[in-house]
Amino acid sequence: MKRKPRPVLRNSGDEQRQFTRRAWFSLALIMLALVGLGVRFFWLQVVRHDEFVTRANDNSIHVRFLSPPRGMIFDRNGVVLAENVPAFRLEVVPDQVHDMPAMLKSLATVVPLSSDDLRRFHQALKEQRSFQSVPLRNRLSEDEIARFAINRWRFPGVEIAPYLRRYYPQGALTASVVGYVGSIDQREAEKLQGTPYADMSQIGKSGIEREYEKLLRGVPGYELVEVNADQRPLRVLERVPPRPGENLYLTLDMHLQNAAYTGLRGRAGAAVAVDPRNGQVLALASSPSYDPNLFVGGISEANYKALLDDPHHPLLNRVTDGTYLPGSTVKPFEAVAGLELGLRTPQYTVDSVGEWHIPGLPGARGYRDDVPGGVGVVDLAQAIEMSVNTYFYKLAYDMGIDRLSAFMAKFGFGQPSGIDLPHEASGVLPSRAWKQKTLHRPWYLGDTVISGIGQGYWQVTPLQLANALSTLADFGQPQRLHLLLATQDGNDAPIKPVVVPPPGPPVIAHRADWQAVMQGMVKVVEGARGTARGLDVGFPYRIAGKTGTAEIFSRTSHAWHNDRTNQELALRHRALFIGFTPASDPRVAGVAVLERAAWGGRDAAPIVRDMFDAWARLRHLPDTPLPGDTLPAWAPLSLPAGTASSAPVPPAVDLPHASSVLNRARAAPTVSMSP
Amino acid sequence: MNSVALRIEIFLRRLLTRPRLDLPLLIALLLLAGMGLFFLASAADLAWHTIGAQAARLVLGFMLLSVVSRIPPAQFRRWSPALYVFSILLLILVLVLGEGRGADRWLNLGIVRFQPSELLKLTTPMMAAWYLAQRPLPPSWRDLGVVLLLIALPAGLIAKQPDLGTALLVVAAGAFVLFLSGLSLRRMGLILGFVLLMLPVAWHFMHDYQRERVLTLFNPESDPLGTGWHVIQSEIAVGSGGVFGKGFMRGTQAQLQFLPEHTTDFIYAVVGEEFGLIGALLLLALYLFIIGRSLWIAVNARDTYARLLSGALAMSFFVYVMVNGGMITGLLPVVGVPLPLVSYGGTSAVSLLAGFGMLMSIHAHRKFMK
Repeated sequence: MKRKPRPVLRNSGDEQRQFTRRAWFSLALIMLALVGLGVRFFWLQVVRHDEFVTRANDNSIHVRFLSPPRGMIFDRNGVVLAENVPAFRLEVVPDQVHDMPAMLKSLATVVPLSSDDLRRFHQALKEQRSFQSVPLRNRLSEDEIARFAINRWRFPGVEIAPYLRRYYPQGALTASVVGYVGSIDQREAEKLQGTPYADMSQIGKSGIEREYEKLLRGVPGYELVEVNADQRPLRVLERVPPRPGENLYLTLDMHLQNAAYTGLRGRAGAAVAVDPRNGQVLALASSPSYDPNLFVGGISEANYKALLDDPHHPLLNRVTDGTYLPGSTVKPFEAVAGLELGLRTPQYTVDSVGEWHIPGLPGARGYRDDVPGGVGVVDLAQAIEMSVNTYFYKLAYDMGIDRLSAFMAKFGFGQPSGIDLPHEASGVLPSRAWKQKTLHRPWYLGDTVISGIGQGYWQVTPLQLANALSTLADFGQPQRLHLLLATQDGNDAPIKPVVVPPPGPPVIAHRADWQAVMQGMVKVVEGARGTARGLDVGFPYRIAGKTGTAEIFSRTSHAWHNDRTNQELALRHRALFIGFTPASDPRVAGVAVLERAAWGGRDAAPIVRDMFDAWARLRHLPDTPLPGDTLPAWAPLSLPAGTASSAPVPPAVDLPHASSVLNRARAAPTVSMSP
Repeated sequence: MNSVALRIEIFLRRLLTRPRLDLPLLIALLLLAGMGLFFLASAADLAWHTIGAQAARLVLGFMLLSVVSRIPPAQFRRWSPALYVFSILLLILVLVLGEGRGADRWLNLGIVRFQPSELLKLTTPMMAAWYLAQRPLPPSWRDLGVVLLLIALPAGLIAKQPDLGTALLVVAAGAFVLFLSGLSLRRMGLILGFVLLMLPVAWHFMHDYQRERVLTLFNPESDPLGTGWHVIQSEIAVGSGGVFGKGFMRGTQAQLQFLPEHTTDFIYAVVGEEFGLIGALLLLALYLFIIGRSLWIAVNARDTYARLLSGALAMSFFVYVMVNGGMITGLLPVVGVPLPLVSYGGTSAVSLLAGFGMLMSIHAHRKFMK
């Protein structure tokens, strides 16, 4: 169909009216739309203003935490036990790294990266935000710093950052007291959510470092930093400086600590020295030990495995957590109980015939003395001197288990001493209730008898022994054993002593009772038949002591054990010694425990003597001055060479065979009979 | 030769002695340009070369405005087909050898680089008005089809650049001509319905980044660091400005680079952040006045061509403002539409002012008032 071109017929009036209508209609719509836009502005800028202000600030203001320097730890004389040393580490800002695996690979050719470094790095990478720097490799050597500096241009986003690293100059020597810091683990991190710890990576894991974490850590500061969209900091808006942690002065005296630790010579055991007048712990050594510096910044898997797999368990603090049969070391305490309860007088005698039977049961099992045939008639002092079992079988039997355990509890047995360390074993104080509860069996008379010589169910920690000894030495006055001597809030601040009140009333009512027991203990060292005779040779004060040799294995046959070589006995015995000096005015009390050694007097006692020697060389100690009082905080001390620097862990002795080469200048007591 | 020189001389003399300018509109435009420079100075962190370049373009634009205002509407009408074809050729040229950021939109003419697509915002409505002005109105189906083709050709070419935003603006400019020509509401409804039906097809041909932008509109928080970033940061900027704003160069969102493209497409958000609700509404009021005045000029235009062209230009101007304002407040998807006369960018400002030059001319040749 052909279409005719339409003539242009226009009705310009209609067109214009139509246009005008539509134009004004459009304008109305336009005004509506623009008003709508204006309302949207109002909605964003007035109604939701606060919300967007917050979000704008979140965008541009970052909080940067400033870690406080951790408080230092000193011994009582100001010898540094824990300090902070400047170190350098590699840090990575993940955002600025394009190809992380490739970067790590080529970086490893410049600075060695161990698998532990990489494991920790990847762990931290997951937990942190991508614009925060993540530590990759701690403790760069100067050589490594130099090598990285040359190659730095190849690694955008990797930087060398200074930080403060915890350092324990005494190393293994004080590890059992000071403990160590380590990386905050997942569980600790969850507990710390929302606390000022949020940005701190190290936390006290054991020892004093953990016990006084709150004092040591200080208060983190922060900076409000304005950043741009690339997270680059532009300027500091507000700065709250961190408050350094408090410095701690410990009651420890490095002279005694060194004597204790070196005296143990790497053998499995523990040694403690306390001042009985106030409960201050002068030495606390567990052996074998470990280098706490390994843990700082995270221990490597290989090192940790080596420590865990070590058959001598170096990580176990034997002073607080090792539990041992106390053996004859409980005898002086039982003697006190017998006297105080009116069951014995110092003159009361018992005839030791080699075997003791519960009265009325003559045909039953006999309880043995250490010497076949016994030692004859002995009084209290002689019973302690020669550690006569029969005397104490009978005493325990006469006292009964209830009175015995009640009195022993006053000396702190069976309960933690309350020392300021994070963990402590309770040990076992034998009692009817304990046996019923733990073994669900009734108490037998025989249990009472062997409890009298520290065998049976007894378990004590060396610290409990020291606690009981301290109470005994201070004429029955218990003291709370403690390690914290004083605190100092900042390096220039005054040193504030810590006051530790005694936990309870005196245990011994009559000084005569104390005198009698003390005289018995002096005879242990001085008497012709004392189990540690000769221990005081060359020592300026009188020493009161008591040996203990506990059998690890129970007897399997009725036969007397005749192989009395030290090597053979060392496999079967724990050697213990407790002692204090000066005997009539005690100022230091020492405990030594060896897990595998022949005799308490021969093997454990010299360790205590070592500590006493160290004590005797110190003129200032009897007056227990506070650090800074008579000595400058950094007093150079006449420590034996090699101990002031980080002490290497002495090789753990396999078995105390090595004790046969014991070669002491002092006369070692030749033991004929014990314990 | 001599006569050409003489005519140019006469033209220039008239330009100075008898300017054909609408004073209210000119003042509003100068005010807008001045405010725009002020906002840009803040957004660009007082980078003088940026501000200077923009000022130079504005001066060029206003010069072009006064030159164009001297040209009678009848001349535009006569030139419309030629200008249209010329600008289409430029578009094709861009497609062949264009250069640009991510998208090929720019034509480098040695000294000046410009976007031919900007030109189409003017020539497309001119062509449509030219065609319809010779036909009886309202337009027949046939005329409607021709005009739609005239619109679709440049729009398709621009969309291929790809510059969906400008393509839509060109379509809008053409569509306004149709709307103002008195196209019946029924036919408009049919066309709109058809377009809606075609949307899924268009979706199919869209680039991924264009799809993302549309999707982001519905849920900007879904991808706060990806495509949602623009919208979220823009809303934060505007919202945190409050009633009075943070002050000149004090907007953290803009100055710390959280706000992307803060001198160009997102400059309105800077205004909202630094000068608050007051600044934003002031700008909005100025735009409303300019649009209203332009429509008033259109209503009073002498003939159909002038009416249709000036009306379409006025409404296009509104669309720029609305699309940009809607974008920075999170009402509309992110499309690269600058805020007229405020955003940094030469071609847009110059072509806009040239358009206002035509409006001035139309105003000068308005019908005689009774």
